[in-house]
Order: sequence, then C-alpha cells, then structure tokens
Amino acid sequence: MEDPIIELEGLTKCYGSVKAVDNLYLKIDRGEIFGLLGPNGAGKTTTILMMLGLAEPSAGSARVCGVNATMHPIAVKQKVGYMPDSVGFYDDMTAFENLMYIARLNGIAGEEIEARTRETMELVGLGEEMHKKTSAYSRGMKQRLGLADVLIRDPEVIILDEPTLGIDPSGIKEFLSLIRRLSRQQGLTVLLSSHHLHQVQQVCDRVGIFVNGKLLVEGNIETLSRNLFGEESYVVVITAREALPSSWGPAEELRKLDAVRNVEVKESTIELSCREDITPDIVRFLVEQGMNITGVHKKEYGLDEIYHRYFENNLKNNTANGKFAGLFQRSFFKRSNTQ
Amino acid sequence: MESSLVYFKDLFSKGATRNSKVRQTPVSPFWVMVRKETGDHIRSWRFIVMLMLVVLTFLGSMYVSVGNISKAVNNMKDPDRLFVYLKLLTTSDGTLPTFHIFISFLGPLLGIALGFDAVNAEQNNGTLTRLMAQPVYRDNVLLAKFCGALLVVSILFLSLVLLMIGGGLIITGVPVEAVELLRILAFIVLSIIYVGFWLSLAICLSVCFRHAATSALTVIGIWLFFTVFYQIIVNLVVNAMLPDLGYLQPEEMLSYNNLLLSLLRLAPSQLYTDAATTLLMPSVRSLGPLTVEQMAGAIPSPLPFKESLMIVWPQITGLLAATMVCFALTYYLFMRREIRT
Repeated sequence: MEDPIIELEGLTKCYGSVKAVDNLYLKIDRGEIFGLLGPNGAGKTTTILMMLGLAEPSAGSARVCGVNATMHPIAVKQKVGYMPDSVGFYDDMTAFENLMYIARLNGIAGEEIEARTRETMELVGLGEEMHKKTSAYSRGMKQRLGLADVLIRDPEVIILDEPTLGIDPSGIKEFLSLIRRLSRQQGLTVLLSSHHLHQVQQVCDRVGIFVNGKLLVEGNIETLSRNLFGEESYVVVITAREALPSSWGPAEELRKLDAVRNVEVKESTIELSCREDITPDIVRFLVEQGMNITGVHKKEYGLDEIYHRYFENNLKNNTANGKFAGLFQRSFFKRSNTQ
Repeated sequence: MESSLVYFKDLFSKGATRNSKVRQTPVSPFWVMVRKETGDHIRSWRFIVMLMLVVLTFLGSMYVSVGNISKAVNNMKDPDRLFVYLKLLTTSDGTLPTFHIFISFLGPLLGIALGFDAVNAEQNNGTLTRLMAQPVYRDNVLLAKFCGALLVVSILFLSLVLLMIGGGLIITGVPVEAVELLRILAFIVLSIIYVGFWLSLAICLSVCFRHAATSALTVIGIWLFFTVFYQIIVNLVVNAMLPDLGYLQPEEMLSYNNLLLSLLRLAPSQLYTDAATTLLMPSVRSLGPLTVEQMAGAIPSPLPFKESLMIVWPQITGLLAATMVCFALTYYLFMRREIRT
C-alpha cells in the first residue's frame, strides 16, 4: 500500500444531471492485477478515460504514476497502455504495419522498430499472421493485436477495457493467462474492466465492484466473500450412493461439531455450512459411519454470487442504508429458511 | 503496401539517419502521422479517382491551349502575348474552360474528398481512441490530417505545372522567363490555399458529424451553394435594391457595382478566380470597375509581378483567413471532446 501507482481521489464525472462516476476513491498498487467489475453503463469506461486524461473529471483528481492525468495527459500516456473496448485497426494496413505505426508514434528509435514489432507480435502469439491485413483478422486476433499494441511501448500500467468481449471461451482463458503471465514476468500493473465475473476471478488479485458510478466494495475475492456471506462461507456438499432418510442419524452428530452451522439432508446429498474448512474431518467421520461417498464438493462463493447479491440489492434499494439493511434481511431469511 | 511507407521513411527521417553514430533521435509523432496520412491518401481509391479527373482536365485544357497558342501569341492587341507559358494556362478557344477555371470547380472537390471523413471514419473504426491513447497531442492529430492531405495536393499541382512547363519547352522551344515562373508558382500556391480552405472545411465537418456520409453531403452542399446558387441569390438581392438604371448617377452606379462585387467575393471560388486571373494575366490592373478618369493615360502593358501580387493580396488574405477560421473551429470542437466509440 506504500506505493500506489493509480490513485483516484473523489473522482466525479457528470453528464448533465446524471452522475456517471460518483466520488470515487481508489488506490491500485504496483504490480497488481485489479478488476473493475460492473454492469454495462456503470461508469467503468468513463473512469478509465479520466485516468488517461481523455475525459475531464467534473471534480476530484486522477493520479497515474504520480502524474495528474487531467493536467499532463501526455506524460501519463507515455507510461500507460490502454486498450479500448472495441479496438479498431486501420483495415488497409497489415497488422505489422499497424503495430509499426504505433511504435513510431511512441518514439521508438528507427532501427529497433522492426525487431521490436516482430518480438511483440510473437509474444502475443500472432507471429504467423503478422503480415495479414487486419480486416482479415478475427475478433480474438484483433484483441491479441490490441494487447501487442499496448505492450510494444513498454508500459508501466496497462488498462484493458472489456478485454474479453467477443472472444470464445478457450480464447478468453488463453488471453487472460497471457495477461497474468506478462504481469508477473514484467511486473506490470494491470487494470481490467469487465462484466464477466468468472474471467476476472481467474486473474485478478483484487476487484472492485462498480455500480451506478459508485464503488461498492473492493478487496480480494476471498475477503469479499467472507464479508458478504459471513459465517456461511464454507459450504460442503457430500453425495452418497444411496438415498438417505430425512431423519438420518449421523446428521445430528454432525450438527454437534463446533464449526458446523447447519446440516441439510436431501435425498442422497448432505449439505453442510461451516465456519471453518473442516471438510477432511467431515469426510472421515462419514466414512467411519459406513457411508458410500461418491462425491465431495466444496462450494466457494464466486464473484457471480457476490455480484448478484450486491447488484440485486442495489436494484431494490437505492440508498446506501437500505442496501445494507436489505442485505442483512436477505441473509437472515435465507438462514431461517434452511433451519 | 509497405513500399510506399518506405519511400517516406527516408524523406522525413533523413536528418536522423545522417548522424547514425549518435543515438537515433526518433521522428516526432507529428511527422509519423503526416507520413501515415500521406501514405493513406496516395493508396486510396478516392485520391486516384480525383487524380485522374484533375490530370484529365489538365490534359484537356493543355490540348486546347497548345492548339491555339500560335494565334494567341500572334495577337498584337494582347499586351500579354509574349508570356507564352502564361498563355498556355489561360488560352482557350471556348470549347473547354481554362485550367484555373477547372480548378475552381475541381479544387473544392479534391479538398472535400481528402478531408470529409478525416476524423469521423477513425472514430467509427475505433482507431481514434487508440490513437488518442498514444502520447500525441490532439492538435497534432488534426494538423497532421490537414498537412498530409495538403502535401499530397501540393505535390500533385506542382508536378502538373512542372510537366506543363517541360511540355511547353519541348513544343514551343521558348525559354521560360523568371517572371513567368514566379507567376505560375504563385498561382500554384494560390490553388493550394484554395484547396486547403475546402480541406479544412471538410475536416471541420468531419469533426462535427459522426457519420462520414452526413459530413460529405453537408460539405458538398456548401460547395454547391457557393458555385451555383450564391451568384443567383446575390444578383437577385442587388437587383431588388437597385433603382431604375435610367435615373442613376455614374457614381451611384459605381457604388452599386462595387457592392455587387463585394458580395460576390464572399464566395471562395470568386476570390480564387479573381486572384488566379490576375496572376496569370499580367495586364489585369484592377479587379473592380475602373472609371474613364482612372484609365486615362494608362498604357495597356503587363504589370510587374509585385504589382499583380499587390492586387490579389486581399483575395489571398481572405482565403487564408477563411481557412484559419475553419481550422480554429475544428480545433475548438475537437480539443475538449470526449472520445469514445
């Protein structure tokens, strides 16, 4: 936390009476992969544009690499690579020429350009298709080229706006692991915005959930889920080969365990919610009871759940107070239903 | 594809390659963009089409003037008859307009074709956001678009006229006089400024409108208005204001005439034709009406180059000012705009 590379302070952007970004405070450390999550129209792109000095904030300030982005956009742009959500290229040029153009704009010296361009193309896995026109590129290839375009100038920070939009699932996986690898190898700070939660979950160190211009929560996924789901955090589902009676004897004994909060028996599955992760103990116990276990599944709360909780509640109650009251209410109801 | 880029590489980075022992200083982003714009224009179909049109009209008017050149040079009543190369540019037998009249029509079209989608096409392709995320100044983007197109136009005009002079040398065998060369070069500069005006207007509208088609139609509309309707409207208005001709004093007549001319000169094409005529015909002494008293004692002889230039100075200033206004407006609209796709 000593060295925030991106620092937003009270950043606000109004379009007429609509607040697209509302009093945003955010710090991102060097070398971190930060995911900015939110539904469409939440203000993610606006925030990014303000970080790059492409849009003027109505209030507050954005400092990137210690430079005020609104006052000195050029200095920021020299250090930050930005890939817009619908990245476009000059269709009548080949990918190689497109990239060379960007390299020249960034002041890479003449004799280095070609080697550097070739290197970057190979890095993102486009070495084979280097001399094709970009009009013949698929969406996924364009996205890769976009990444190459960001990387060629050797940035300190890369900002990717919806980088996974329109790529097929296997492509996404590859793309994200590429980003993660690059970030780890070169110590890059990555900020990526998305509304796809699973993908973000795979790569991000920390996420911030962004709805209606407000940053609702930030933190790593584990903390977020603990905050949200409290003691329910660990849920283990155990499947047996044969159906179990509803008043199954060992269930009572399981309930007596300290960490176990609740046990639910449904046909051939037992669902346990625990305070701590005691899956091995439970399994050992059940095996001793002579149960034929066919599957043990530890349920982790993913971003999907986190996101839904926040987002649903946000829809129901617009004021901040109402939001949290609603949240508690919901979890309360859920709990009482299960008991 | 690549080759055209390679040509320009040497053109602009010569200074950098010369002292290659010292670490190469990278070319400034502005020139990189100019180079790219120029390359784009040269390769684009629309420029090739415009190039053919201009070359065709040039060849057509040259063909006609070469056919009539001996008649024109032997015309004893014409004080300009000895300026063979100027005669080549201005002689016609009435079947085809002369080259500078053609340019007054085609120049705008050339400027419009090169500029109407300068900014909005990039925006629609999503390349503008990417370009803006590079460490380049926004005004450099606009200026590079303007300069790139203007460079192409300048090279086109210059090579045409140099070809004309070369051809003239071969056909007539008359050496070119310095005054002629100066006048022809001044005419070229004037034509470039004229095209520059339409170019900056087109770029301005390409910033205003998101769709390339809208901006193209609007700027063509403006062009048509000035070439076709403006004169009709001005004539109508002045005729409505004009009292019965029979009762007019000569001075009043003169003032009405001047009013008509000043109104007509609001049209850029009028400014251009006036200035081009004066530059290419050294005997033109005034662009307004002259009274008998003013003409008394004047010998019908060609003016020196400097005097002709003085006559067209207001026209040139007017065209330059109009270009600047369009460019400043573009600048104003573009500088603080938020760019997103």
